[in-house]
Amino acid sequence: MHLGPHAAFIVTAYAVAIAIVAGLVAWIVLDQRHLARMLEQFEARGITRRSDRADGEKW
Amino acid sequence: MSLIEFANPSRFLAASGRALPWLSAATALAFALGIFQIYFAPDDYQQGATVKIMFIHVPAAWLGLFGWLLMSAAALGTLVWRHPLADVAGKAAAPIGAAFTLMCLVTGSLWGRPMWGTYWVWDARLTSVLVLFLMYLGVIALWRTIEDPTQAARAAAVLTVVGAINIPIIKFSVDWWNTLHQPASVLRLGGSTIHPAILVPLIVMAIAFTLLFLSLHLAAMRNEIMRRRVRSMMMLRAGAPAGS
Repeated sequence: MHLGPHAAFIVTAYAVAIAIVAGLVAWIVLDQRHLARMLEQFEARGITRRSDRADGEKW
Repeated sequence: MSLIEFANPSRFLAASGRALPWLSAATALAFALGIFQIYFAPDDYQQGATVKIMFIHVPAAWLGLFGWLLMSAAALGTLVWRHPLADVAGKAAAPIGAAFTLMCLVTGSLWGRPMWGTYWVWDARLTSVLVLFLMYLGVIALWRTIEDPTQAARAAAVLTVVGAINIPIIKFSVDWWNTLHQPASVLRLGGSTIHPAILVPLIVMAIAFTLLFLSLHLAAMRNEIMRRRVRSMMMLRAGAPAGS
């Protein structure tokens, strides 16, 4: 594939798009791991949500 | 199961957990097909190979707008029905919409330099998209400023609904004002003006970007529900008797 005289602009545009998507995916995955770890720690200490108990809670 | 039953956070987590792998696989498949088509797409007779930037710039622009429309729908859910899952949907969409709008601005700028001779002009389309990006940052900042999620959701919902006025301005800016940015060439009343050899990869990439947005949004919503559960537990812990 020949990108012509403006190849640097095309390659940079695709690199930026990949970097932004990779950043979003990394943020979501790392956030999910962090939150899952925190929930596990709370449950290990015996702290449970109200929805797991009789009086109920929306979250 | 009715929609209102599905709007229960626990049911949403279960259903989205089942849907997410399929949605992610469909996203990967759509991108593979789109990139394959981009590779073989011909150069434009005027733009040359720089037309390939359009395959990411145009879908990113559409998804930037879609993100705000999604947030506006969620904002109505927050303001009218006060449903907490609507708050979650609005909050989760903001950073994703901001990222796609940033992608639109940067790739557009990189296309503009070789085609227009400049990275940036203050014309109506470019400026209104920049305003959209700044509004996304404003909503994100608002969510981070107000500690109580319910209060933050209402404030963000009001800002979102007010900011929705910018969406038709972006769409019709090229018709209402004399802009350097070209008028609509895909979504227009008289039909697309683009040759199918370029239009088909563009549509495939738009589908891939939409699936990516939906996958990321679903995953971010799941995270936000977990964040609220963590917050509930922290508050329970704070309210527990000393030594517990």
